[in-house]
Amino acid sequence: MATKKFMFVNRKAPYGTVYALESLEVVLISAAFEQDVSLAFIDDGVYQITKGQDTKGIGQKNFSNTYKALGDYEVTKLYVEKESLEERGLTQDDLMDLVWEDEDDDYAEKPSIIMVSRSEMADVMAEQEVTLSF
Amino acid sequence: MKFTIMINEGPYQHQSADSALQFARAVLAQGHEIYRVFFYHDGVNNGTRLSVPPADDRLIQKEWSELSKENDLDLVLCIAAAQRRGIMDEDEAKRQGLDANNIIEGFRISGLGQLIEGGIQADRTVVFGD
Repeated sequence: MATKKFMFVNRKAPYGTVYALESLEVVLISAAFEQDVSLAFIDDGVYQITKGQDTKGIGQKNFSNTYKALGDYEVTKLYVEKESLEERGLTQDDLMDLVWEDEDDDYAEKPSIIMVSRSEMADVMAEQEVTLSF
Repeated sequence: MKFTIMINEGPYQHQSADSALQFARAVLAQGHEIYRVFFYHDGVNNGTRLSVPPADDRLIQKEWSELSKENDLDLVLCIAAAQRRGIMDEDEAKRQGLDANNIIEGFRISGLGQLIEGGIQADRTVVFGD
């Protein structure tokens, strides 16, 4: 099957609605189809990859560890919009340390998170062939 | 042009269910092809036959069902999303040991791979959601 550039745009907080959880399910399937997958985190979507998530008080499954496994599925391009972090008083230090292992470089760990400005994000989106928004 | 349409919101709750239906009609009226319509999140509620809106309101599920019949559309409900929300076809209800099913004619239940494959096959994938 052909390979296309798929982008999943994550705009919502991880809990409160089911969008983030069900988005991850699509991401994993697209990786299984060996597509060229990128993720975008904008607006409240940046909270999906923040450190130290604790869901005990709300009785929901904490699925934040799934983002750490994305590298194993060759999902290695996680674009995070700087302005969305800044608007929420967050910095990259508040995000999980998400990495992937480059098998062409002796399995060196490389960062998956790519910080981009709002206008750079628009450029990345313009390069995509299939953009699914959650 | 070949379109795949994704619908992420339920009928009556959100305009996107109606917008998607209107978009699908417009696509067909312009002579384009709809490769697949994929229903995800609460969008799977567009596939129940048990909705009973007030008499003066539209019946969105039936409109999809009829549009599918007239144009041989492939309407797919995501199985994982459908199971969470109690949307069942006969086979799935049996498999889960449930006493009823509620899917409307013209829809089928299948996996998320159908969405990805739809994205690969279509020239444009258009998402309707919140």
